[in-house]
Amino acid sequence: MIKIQKKDFNPQIEIKRLSNSKKDIGAIVSFVGLVRERSKGKRLVSMKIEQYSKMLKKEIAKIEERARNKWKLEDVIIIHRYGLLKPGDRIVLVATASKHRKSAFGSCEFIIDWLKIKAPIWKEERSPSSGLWVKSRRDDFRKATEWKN
Amino acid sequence: MKILYFSWIRTKIGKDKEVVILPKNVKNGSDLVDFLKTKGPKHADALKNKKVIRMAINFEHTALNHPIKKNDEIALFPPVTGG
Repeated sequence: MIKIQKKDFNPQIEIKRLSNSKKDIGAIVSFVGLVRERSKGKRLVSMKIEQYSKMLKKEIAKIEERARNKWKLEDVIIIHRYGLLKPGDRIVLVATASKHRKSAFGSCEFIIDWLKIKAPIWKEERSPSSGLWVKSRRDDFRKATEWKN
Repeated sequence: MKILYFSWIRTKIGKDKEVVILPKNVKNGSDLVDFLKTKGPKHADALKNKKVIRMAINFEHTALNHPIKKNDEIALFPPVTGG
């Protein structure tokens, strides 16, 4: 299940939904990304998340499909928020469910790594004095492309 | 052709989308960027460095040298920072 939304989500409720969806699940791994309070020494007031909505869901679906081809997964939840967020707010949830833990761990990390470099999302960090668009990191690109197909 | 702009490319140009009529010599994304740069100083500034411009054609990531057609929806943006 993929959700793109402004509003917050409750990881516990989402994970419970995942574990209730099938009875053959032995492992769920989840990742929650949050807005940090400080960036490069500056205190953030907010983070604006911009998205290309018509492309975003398609791109996330492709990443999920790749993960499902690579690991045997029972279910997947990906939620990405957009709009104006504050430090401490949740940005993204990735939760993967499988029979055994290895597939759940691997696929969860794979999905978040690929969201970093493929999901059409841009973040603007707003401090009291300025707004700065977050730059993509070479390290994120390296990490995602290290996964073998 | 409909063109969408995102992130700092949008803020520098001062609009999130525009419709342009393509000249005949514009065959691919790179040609398109060169053409858009002639539309004014804001466009020229936002699009001056092709190394940091990424393109999507009809909601798919594509290389900047990919051919474009007049009915395509083109998006120009800096490298994404999802997750």
